[in-house]
Amino acid sequence: MAAGHSPLAQFEIKRWVPIEIGNVDVSFTNSSTFMVLTVIATSAFLILGMRRNALVPGRWQSMVELSYIFIANLVKDTVGSEGRPYFPFIFTVFMFVLVGNLFGMVPYGFTFTSHIIVTFTMAFVVFIGVTIIAIAKHKMHFFTFFMPPGVPMIMAPLLIPIEIISYLSRPISLSVRLFANMLAGHTLLKVFAGFVISLGMFGVFPLAFVVALTGLEIVIALLQAFVFTILTCLYLNDALHLH
Amino acid sequence: MPQLDVSTFLPQIFWLVITFTALFLIMWKIAVPGIANTLETRQKRIEDNLDKATQAKQEAEETLAAYEASMGEARTEAQGIHAEAAKGLSDEADARGAELSENLSGKISESEAEIRRAVEAAMDSVRDIATEVAGDALERLTGQPADDKALSGAVDRALKADG
Repeated sequence: MAAGHSPLAQFEIKRWVPIEIGNVDVSFTNSSTFMVLTVIATSAFLILGMRRNALVPGRWQSMVELSYIFIANLVKDTVGSEGRPYFPFIFTVFMFVLVGNLFGMVPYGFTFTSHIIVTFTMAFVVFIGVTIIAIAKHKMHFFTFFMPPGVPMIMAPLLIPIEIISYLSRPISLSVRLFANMLAGHTLLKVFAGFVISLGMFGVFPLAFVVALTGLEIVIALLQAFVFTILTCLYLNDALHLH
Repeated sequence: MPQLDVSTFLPQIFWLVITFTALFLIMWKIAVPGIANTLETRQKRIEDNLDKATQAKQEAEETLAAYEASMGEARTEAQGIHAEAAKGLSDEADARGAELSENLSGKISESEAEIRRAVEAAMDSVRDIATEVAGDALERLTGQPADDKALSGAVDRALKADG
């Protein structure tokens, strides 16, 4: 297989505009392009959709309002009324991941959520953020989070390390879940798309599979954005209410 | 695997932070308040309209109650007038009926008396005619005038026997 046709070639970072600040490489890459596109598309979707500000919404305005209400209800159900101040951030996380995932489904598009460093940075920011919120709100009381109430003291030496490890692994599980889903889906699509040509006549079978898989990938794009968001909400809920 | 190429990490983190922050600021300052405002306005409008509808309904119910009360009043009044009128009419009819029947019975007894008189007169004239006819017949048969006394006695007898 030629290097350019490897199933992983689609994930390569291409430095379109090499930039260096000091000695730090901050080149504008294909990944950056799709991040910028995501910001533009999301802002356009949300702001232009509401420009008519109609009392009875049209189709576009309905979609904007539905996505808003969907996340607003998610925050209200998982975090409660204390989650209101964090709503803009959570809505941003949802729309950024969702639109990024969906841009990845466009042919020749680039999926920046298929890069572990991108998802890990977001997950790490969420993790640090909720930890700061929890410590600011509960002070030293925060550390009782690692010792669930009603557990006998004798269990503490075993339980506390487990709880700490599970807490620290949150950003890893959060980021790997999204990254792995995107990576696997796009790799699988590419592998089967490769079979379409190499099998000649019988290429219709992998082609049909690729069509079905594309539908599945769009569902996964939505689902993983939702999962990332709801886990962010749950972590925030833990931070605000501890147990 | 391109994901593990550490040299791409910094540019990706750099642009992620820039773009995510930009989107967050746009969301926070423009998009979210705009949508929230629209939803709130709509909610308020709906509640206002519901309030207005409740008020209008209450007013309509009050009007209906007033209408029904006045209708009931009018109906009672009409019934009173009707009963009064019916009573007046029936009284008058009774009086007139009584007067009429009195009148009629007077006339009937008068007529009966007249008929009786006529019958008596007729009976008298029947006797006279019979006597006369019998006298004439006797004169023709016998050739001499009949004895008036005997004749009238015979006629009386015959009338009595006829009954």
